[in-house]
Amino acid sequence: MAAKILPYLLGGISVGGQYALIAIGYTMVYGILRLINFAHGDIFTVAGFIMVYAAATMPLYVTIPLVIILTILLGVLVEKVAYKPLRTAPRMSVMISAIGMSYLLQNSMWYLTGGLAKQYPTLPWISDKITVAGYTTSRVTIITPILTIVLVVALVALIQKTKIGMAMRAASRDFETAQLMGIKINNVISFTFVVGSGLAAIGSMLYFSNYATVTPTVGAMPGLKAFVAAVFGGIGSIPGAVIGGFIIGICESFIKGTGATTFSDAFTFALLIVILAVKPTGLFGENLTEKV
Amino acid sequence: MNNVLTIENATMQFGGVVAVDNMNLRVDEGEIVSLIGPNGAGKTTAFNVITGVYAPTNGRVEFCGKTIVENHPQGKMEKLYKGQNNGQYTHVLKPTPDKITKLGMARTFQNIRLWKSQTVFENVLIAKHCRTTANFFSATFRMNHAEEQRQREECDELLSVLGLENVRNELATSLPYGQQRRVEIARALATQPKLLLLDEPAAGMNPQETDELTAFIGKIRDDFKLTVFLIEHHMDLVMDISDRIYVLDFGKLIADGTPTEIQNNQRVIDAYLGVSNDA
Amino acid sequence: MKKNNKTKIVSAVLIVALLAVLLLLDNTKGVPSMLLTVLRKGAIYALVAVSMNLLNGFTGLFSLGQAGFMLLGAYTYAALTIPVESQTSIYQQYPGGGVGFSITEGLTNAMGGFGLLLGVVICLILAGIVAALLAYVIGLPVLRLKSDYLAIATLGFAEILRAVVQYAKLGPVTNGSNLLYGFTSFDDFKIGSLKLSTVMPFVFSGLCIAVVVLLINSTYGRAFKAIRDDEVAAEAMGINLAKHKRMSFVISSFFAGISGALLAMYQASVQAVTFKAAMTYEILLIVVIGGIGSISGSVIASFLFVGCSEWWLRFLDNEKTLKNFNAKLIFAIIFGLIVAGIAVAIFFKQKKNGKLGANVPCIGTAIVALAAIGWDIWFVISPNLKLPLLRSGFRMVVFSVIIMVVVLFFRKGLLGDQELPDVLHRFGAWLQSRFGKSAKGGDAK
Repeated sequence: MAAKILPYLLGGISVGGQYALIAIGYTMVYGILRLINFAHGDIFTVAGFIMVYAAATMPLYVTIPLVIILTILLGVLVEKVAYKPLRTAPRMSVMISAIGMSYLLQNSMWYLTGGLAKQYPTLPWISDKITVAGYTTSRVTIITPILTIVLVVALVALIQKTKIGMAMRAASRDFETAQLMGIKINNVISFTFVVGSGLAAIGSMLYFSNYATVTPTVGAMPGLKAFVAAVFGGIGSIPGAVIGGFIIGICESFIKGTGATTFSDAFTFALLIVILAVKPTGLFGENLTEKV
Repeated sequence: MNNVLTIENATMQFGGVVAVDNMNLRVDEGEIVSLIGPNGAGKTTAFNVITGVYAPTNGRVEFCGKTIVENHPQGKMEKLYKGQNNGQYTHVLKPTPDKITKLGMARTFQNIRLWKSQTVFENVLIAKHCRTTANFFSATFRMNHAEEQRQREECDELLSVLGLENVRNELATSLPYGQQRRVEIARALATQPKLLLLDEPAAGMNPQETDELTAFIGKIRDDFKLTVFLIEHHMDLVMDISDRIYVLDFGKLIADGTPTEIQNNQRVIDAYLGVSNDA
Repeated sequence: MKKNNKTKIVSAVLIVALLAVLLLLDNTKGVPSMLLTVLRKGAIYALVAVSMNLLNGFTGLFSLGQAGFMLLGAYTYAALTIPVESQTSIYQQYPGGGVGFSITEGLTNAMGGFGLLLGVVICLILAGIVAALLAYVIGLPVLRLKSDYLAIATLGFAEILRAVVQYAKLGPVTNGSNLLYGFTSFDDFKIGSLKLSTVMPFVFSGLCIAVVVLLINSTYGRAFKAIRDDEVAAEAMGINLAKHKRMSFVISSFFAGISGALLAMYQASVQAVTFKAAMTYEILLIVVIGGIGSISGSVIASFLFVGCSEWWLRFLDNEKTLKNFNAKLIFAIIFGLIVAGIAVAIFFKQKKNGKLGANVPCIGTAIVALAAIGWDIWFVISPNLKLPLLRSGFRMVVFSVIIMVVVLFFRKGLLGDQELPDVLHRFGAWLQSRFGKSAKGGDAK
């Protein structure tokens, strides 16, 4: 019995860690800008494509940092182009801009890559096969959760201990007051996108190592699921996003294990609706009431 | 004189903050009653409890002899009563604000809340919606022509009574402050209330506008056979207009009485001017 | 009253003229098939966009579930109208599948051409009702959510629907993830030998849009707008939020369902994979381009959108080598004018907002525009005759760039929250005042 469950559990934890890394980007941006960054899933895909093209010409020790840096640049660029000009606009406008940006990124990727699925390069060591309790899997399955937790601990330390972390906390609590207190809000937002995109780049390396091919629209679904994970954990809360990511990853893996693959996506959204109906603020979210 | 509004033991607590503390008051038919108090005393919160925006932590609100809001978290059995909903027994009754408005209570807002993309006339006309009897289908296919026509006429009449007919087709939010407040009153009157709640109607008005408003509130009370309950900081207006005054300080009622009584009440003076520590 | 009658007569004449032109286009040889495609698909998209606008623009509920409700409508319609004898072959994956009857076929056999129309109308209404019923059921929990939560929950519902439809146990009705086809389509509408393939989408879609317009201008429509403008005030003025939001949601879904069925009729096939979130995004972008809160804006924008994506920007997808220098020069001039036009429009817009000067959007626009024009000049000088960049997929890139420009710089879209007749009327008045003034000036001289 245990031997049967183990592969699904391992797979689920692995996917969950990848969702968690993407979900952090959503939850941090939402915490500060109150915006669902619909383009985040596409930034994740772009990171995959950068890896595909970079690895074809360059050695791995160059490509990995390059992928992370380029993804971060793209994330910040998206913020500057699509969100910053709309800072005073109604929330609906910013969300529409995010959807438009996602559309633009997908179409650009389709154009640049010719719309064909690209083979993701095999990363040595982490793609190697290993055997855990009699079950063969690639090393990435084991590395993902560990790496996720290490990165999250580092991120939480950053937010709790450093000055920029304090500024981020202030901005997510009260955007306007933070500005009045002399916090350079644009720097804080840029930094948020740096962290979010960087983690998405790492997440993409782990994710695509498992899935082997990249297509322009492949990021949309993991992106949405990561968003659900962020909502599940309580949007704005980083530990919440991580726990949400793991829960969704594991549940999904077991649902796929029972053969109802078409329902694994539906399950995620059903979970979202249930949590929104029962506890709209998620597991660790805070309650806000409007003043009349 | 009939009793219009009664508040019994109303308490409203936000976390550790008690915004309204065991409030008891009554407003009789045809009266103009004011609720005054320093900033942050809980006046608007009291209004929000009466109109159903907040469910009180404890207490009861009765309107025209009918309990409209009730909450007794301790579950005292003697407080059980026959609620309006299908004769079910309950001791928690927290209707949404629209139900209370339909019973005949209308309000204005401290920070004006007009519908910004609508004209003055449309603002008033929309408020008539709650008195519409036509269902969605007959309204869409224009089978309610007579009712629609009547409502439009009533709104035009309201606008002319309130002196707003010459700005009828202006965007409501493009008007000067004083007129916006007037539109809010017109809008509240369009719901055909028995009781009108005014939340700081003179806020931001100059002395002349305030004087006009004082006369105006008296006039609409008589014209529309209303009872008026208002929150206000302009003492001239309050003293001129009120039949009775309640004074709220830190969520507690500290005095009530006629304007003259209130003017001479030591606790009220202390609340407003502060108590000297030397005394 | 007299003026009112005049308007009625004018609109009636316009509608008849439009239908006559469409009928002519349908039955003339040599009409570009792309034109017909744009007209048909544009009419259907117009209805979806209007239904979405009813929710997003008029009630202020940011919902992204449109594709899901369209899917329900499309499947309901398809399942009910597939002719009985073709059901076995279509549902070959699910032996014994299919509903076993066909409403349109049955009525056509009984009553002929009128029966066909009646059957289609019945099935369209049923398609709408199925979508509306589901909206009614999920409306209660979902509509309590605020802005972006509502958006993501409705998006989620649409995805769930897509999965459920492909569920093997529902295969006998939905055919699982396989195609449904062979049902009554627009091509089945004929008077004698006259084809009505373009007329019918306009008739159905136009009638539905007319109902939405009537609704929006009724007392319920006004209540929706009040909720959009200020929920707290609306509730305080006696408007039941839950009831009215749900009403708007159900009506919007009803028409989304019908438009899904119309889309099925247009495509002559239905498959769940096409009703993805991307479809909802496209419709949302149409609404934005037309102006959130403008019905006529949504209608115009859907024809523009379909026209651009299906037809006018097609050339961007094919490689092209110009014939000679003159062709190159003409191309360069047109390109330069377009770039300059867009840049000037953006500057003008920023100036109107009082933001012209050293701000990021202006500098960014200037850099991009200068670079494009620099490239343009270089291209003229260079001996190269092949147009660069043009290849498969470029159309959608250009298209999404245009959309981003609209979203960022022309947030109000084509018409803002105005309607076309009002805008035209005001434009007429403005022209008249201009004209009147100059005439007066002439007199003075």
